[in-house]
Amino acid sequence: MTINELKDVASQVRRDIIRMVHGCQSGHPGGSLGATDIVTALYFDQMQIDPKNFKMDGAGEDMFFLSNGHISPMIYSILARRGYFPVSELATFRRLGTRLQGHPTPVEGLPGIRVASGSLGQGLSVAIGVAQAKKLNNDNHLVFCLMGDGEQEEGQIWEAVMYAPAKNVDNLVAIVDYNKKQIDGPTDDVMNLGDLRAKYESFGWKVYECNGNDMQQVVDTLNITRKNAHKGQAQVILAHTEMGMGVDFMMGTHKWHGTPPNDEQATNALSQLKETLGDY
Amino acid sequence: MKIEVQNYKDTRSGFGDGLLEAGKRNPKVVGLTADLTGSLKMGDFAKAFPERFFQVGIAEANMVGIAAGLAIGGYIPFTGTFANFSSARIYDQIRMVVAYSNKNVKIAASHAGVTLGEDGATHQTLEDVGMMKMLPNMTVLVPCDYNQTKAATIAAAEHDGPVYLRFGRPKVANFTPADEPFIIGKAQMIQEGTDVSIFACGHLVWKAIEALPILKEMGINAELINIHTIKPLDVEAVLKSVAKTGCVVTAEEHMRNGGLGDSIAQVLALNNPRPLEMVAVNDVFGQSGTPDELLKHYHLDTPDIVEAVKKVIKRKM
Repeated sequence: MTINELKDVASQVRRDIIRMVHGCQSGHPGGSLGATDIVTALYFDQMQIDPKNFKMDGAGEDMFFLSNGHISPMIYSILARRGYFPVSELATFRRLGTRLQGHPTPVEGLPGIRVASGSLGQGLSVAIGVAQAKKLNNDNHLVFCLMGDGEQEEGQIWEAVMYAPAKNVDNLVAIVDYNKKQIDGPTDDVMNLGDLRAKYESFGWKVYECNGNDMQQVVDTLNITRKNAHKGQAQVILAHTEMGMGVDFMMGTHKWHGTPPNDEQATNALSQLKETLGDY
Repeated sequence: MKIEVQNYKDTRSGFGDGLLEAGKRNPKVVGLTADLTGSLKMGDFAKAFPERFFQVGIAEANMVGIAAGLAIGGYIPFTGTFANFSSARIYDQIRMVVAYSNKNVKIAASHAGVTLGEDGATHQTLEDVGMMKMLPNMTVLVPCDYNQTKAATIAAAEHDGPVYLRFGRPKVANFTPADEPFIIGKAQMIQEGTDVSIFACGHLVWKAIEALPILKEMGINAELINIHTIKPLDVEAVLKSVAKTGCVVTAEEHMRNGGLGDSIAQVLALNNPRPLEMVAVNDVFGQSGTPDELLKHYHLDTPDIVEAVKKVIKRKM
């Protein structure tokens, strides 16, 4: 896809996010909006996938894992828009009986979701296990894992961060959604992450940084990581993002981490986001 | 069942040998450990299938996540560490990425209960069965001797879904037939009787067997059933036995809260309320000591089972 086409998809995904959290008056719009560009690039440009024939084991495909499961509206919209399940199902988000649970789960059989996430800090370990399975299967496709930056405060993250370079997990690309905000406020105030780049580098990772809301930079950086895969090094992208990206009043604050917009705010937000693929 | 002691072996060796056998039968079986290859007797598997063995280091949470990932990729992972670090330490991880996500992960939990011995209460988990049986999708196995633990390991590999497999450290009587297949969810009749139903699991099955001749001498004809599968519980076998005997003793190396006795109590209360006595640890932590000393101290020994039987039969009258 061209960069402009990817941007159009991202705009529709952002509309979906606003409409989903507004529709059920719950969910996490801020982080969802911030991470939209990265995951849109993965699903619509980077990953070799077969959405119409979803296979749990992902054999012969690239695979994506969302560790910070609370930004579920983003992944649901992207999976639906990519053809994993009907776009109309987005209207069921967080409602009784839905496959689109508040946090993603494979239990209801939603195509595209392979493991539950939401209890933070666990996705990278799972992604490593999947990457190890790919090696055993001589499947040279890649595993991508998106984590939150606040999530880096979980101890299990660092167990996994220590493991990947030690065991040469070089078919994995980790991405940190580095928006510098979490529920209680700026990450610097809640628990200063310090020099995250230096931390990953000291554990033996190849570290890249990009503006995670600049589609060209995102695509360029992902291209580099794909080229450098299978070269004996675990790779991580620190993707600098803006929570709430695309909706002016949701940016520059942590207030929209887990708060839905009211009717007026939703109308305002949607007026800022171009409808490109048709609303569900 | 004909009871014949073949030798004295640790149940953890049954796991190690069972894992090796499961690995030979199915190339999808993989092993993971958090720095306890030797303690879990996984060395033979690691040597036979080095590419299918993952040394994760002392990082149990990461281990269970990697296991879930391997299961997604189509493998049958067995994680191996001490029971306490296989349960309490990583309960949320097991809950979300194994049980809730319904991944085909087998959690091999060794050194369970007070018979871990001298290491003391930090390592002697007495709560793990309770935690694990509360998780939807989880199967909970507590085999009683070497042969049965080996067979249970092979059965766990063949079973599709999460399994918690609990076993222990000390060498104990190995008495079940080596060729007896392990059927998950099917209670094992050790001895038929009419006066009392004894439901035991794990190491306490042997303690209950030792109680049988003592009870016989007292004129008590006890029925002994090995509940090696705590979940799914063989409710039919339990109710059938109780209908015949009218009273129950449970015996386990676990906390009374959440253990086998607790499961049996629920079945009785809901279906056929009958007197019940529980041989179990009652709301205290363990301590250092030899396994035999600790079994005596916490009233998990043969005389305690005999006393419980006498008491429950009196209550029946």
